[in-house]
Amino acid sequence: MTTATPVEPQNESATVTLIGDVSSLGRRGVRPPVASSESRRAALDGLPPELRRANPAALPEVSELDAIRHFTRLSQKNFSIDGQFYPLGSCTMKYNPRINEKVAAMPGFLRCHPLQDDADTQGSLRIFHDLQEILCQVLGMGGVTLAPAAGAHGEFAGMAIIRAWHLANNTGRDEVLIPDSAHGTNPASAALAGFKVREIKSGADGRVSVDALRAALGPKTAGIMLTNPNTCGLFETSIREIADAVHEAGGLVYYDGANLNAIVGRARPGDMGFDVVHMNLHKTFSTPHGGGGPGAGPVGVCEKLVPFLPAPHVRKTAEGRFDFHTPDQSIGRMMGFHGNAGVLVRALAYALAQGGQGLWDVAGHAVLNANYVLNRLPALFERPFGDRCMHEALVTIRRTEKETGIKAFDVAKRLLDLGFHAPTIYFPLLVPECFLIEPTETESKETLDQFVAAMEQIAAEVRSAPELLKSAPSTKPTGRLDEVSAAKELNVCCRWDYEEVKLG
Amino acid sequence: MSVHQDYLYTESHEWIEASGDVRRIGITDHAQHLFGDIVFTELPEVGRVVKKGDSLGTIESPKAASDLYAPISGEVVEVNTVLNGAPETINQSPYGDGWIVKLRPSDPSEAEALLSPDKYEEIAEG
Repeated sequence: MTTATPVEPQNESATVTLIGDVSSLGRRGVRPPVASSESRRAALDGLPPELRRANPAALPEVSELDAIRHFTRLSQKNFSIDGQFYPLGSCTMKYNPRINEKVAAMPGFLRCHPLQDDADTQGSLRIFHDLQEILCQVLGMGGVTLAPAAGAHGEFAGMAIIRAWHLANNTGRDEVLIPDSAHGTNPASAALAGFKVREIKSGADGRVSVDALRAALGPKTAGIMLTNPNTCGLFETSIREIADAVHEAGGLVYYDGANLNAIVGRARPGDMGFDVVHMNLHKTFSTPHGGGGPGAGPVGVCEKLVPFLPAPHVRKTAEGRFDFHTPDQSIGRMMGFHGNAGVLVRALAYALAQGGQGLWDVAGHAVLNANYVLNRLPALFERPFGDRCMHEALVTIRRTEKETGIKAFDVAKRLLDLGFHAPTIYFPLLVPECFLIEPTETESKETLDQFVAAMEQIAAEVRSAPELLKSAPSTKPTGRLDEVSAAKELNVCCRWDYEEVKLG
Repeated sequence: MSVHQDYLYTESHEWIEASGDVRRIGITDHAQHLFGDIVFTELPEVGRVVKKGDSLGTIESPKAASDLYAPISGEVVEVNTVLNGAPETINQSPYGDGWIVKLRPSDPSEAEALLSPDKYEEIAEG
């Protein structure tokens, strides 16, 4: 077995320059033609004097080259999949193939407007329709909506559909069960859709306890929200028993598709007994995560829930054309138009490029990579649920924290120094001081070895140089941030004091 | 980790005074350690009637946001408004000034099912 050379920290801490720092009075990138005094007068005509600017806007004055260098430098300070290994658990930070970008940038898609007549946008409508069909197949569902613009938006749509179904059938059920390993968005989505939330405890093996579930079922049970594999990286092996029990009790079964990458192309939520599924195209289907958007959180539903899907929904007419329609008992619109079209184009491009065999391989390699990391990490990182996992590896330094005071947080910050994005930490909540590591299928063995080498180095530093961990990161543009002040003293308005900088 | 000998405990890391017509409720030293720096609390309305296991508000740190669950059923008679401005009081004094809610139990016998200090310590250490 080869061991990669340890990564040398690169010091970036002295290189922060704000654009205001390079501002120089009168410097311009572009000089637009000077307006005639006549057109200036016309522009100001009717504008009340108190609304007129007395002084020019306080903007940095820079050349085009200054602006380009500034923003290029900033972009280089980003951690990104294009630059670094990004093993953020439950986020599926896989490579975004460039062919998807090329397809999405084709003028017919790029210049399409949502208010254009259907007759002129048949190509785009067909893209939506074909993607709906493919996702139906992948999920094992009766119908799919592409309208939700993000994963949590999809969760909300899915729970609103479940709520609408219970209301339409006068069941009087308003309680949703959610395991303690669930993503935090689950209880939030259920509550927003009008449900009461009841937590169920995981068993000692990290899976839903069927006994605890049965004890929680009752006349108010509207459904359960499950992630499979769950956030401990474990497949819920009792899933059929769980789904049957919830169905027998009169509830519906919701699948949080955040971890779909582990089973895509191999197992289908519909076959496991799920009634509603959301998925994240920006995870499993390789569309960019962006800076919080645009995303896409399609929702699949079983046959009996198809009439409740959001509007607009794309369908193929008897004449072979495509149009938008509103399903009979639709929960309504999720957004102004019909989803993030550019993301949907990319997802279809990915699905077609992979094909069925490709998706099968995606899941296989994702699971293999996670198991490789799980089994190569040094002993410092204990495995709470054994040496096998699905697409993400959960480890903890709980015991080390008790002995030395070194926290998962310190290790995560030290990883930044060594050039890796930190895994998810402190989640799932049921394992203290944990790391949730999701390498995805697109990383090579060499990259995984480098990550393991960095974790080995940190494991040694816990004893040899604990102060290095507690003060990390020491090589980044900013040191350790004060998270407590950031949460308590909210200041979301970033100002650059132009006058002060310019006048010195 | 410390436990307070005069309190009873839940598996979800709440404590409640073992006796009295009105009893204080808070989270344990172990729980505040797991949270790290507590930055926000959402307290229930005074007068709210809760059943055992219902939410009595929310506690938030940079790591996590969690519900505070009612260890037994009853009516909220007072909340610790100090926490609105100084939620870190829970970190500093989880069993004292960092109490969260005062509850008037509707069925004090429910407390019999709660954990003793020794039993809680055993579970939390596990």
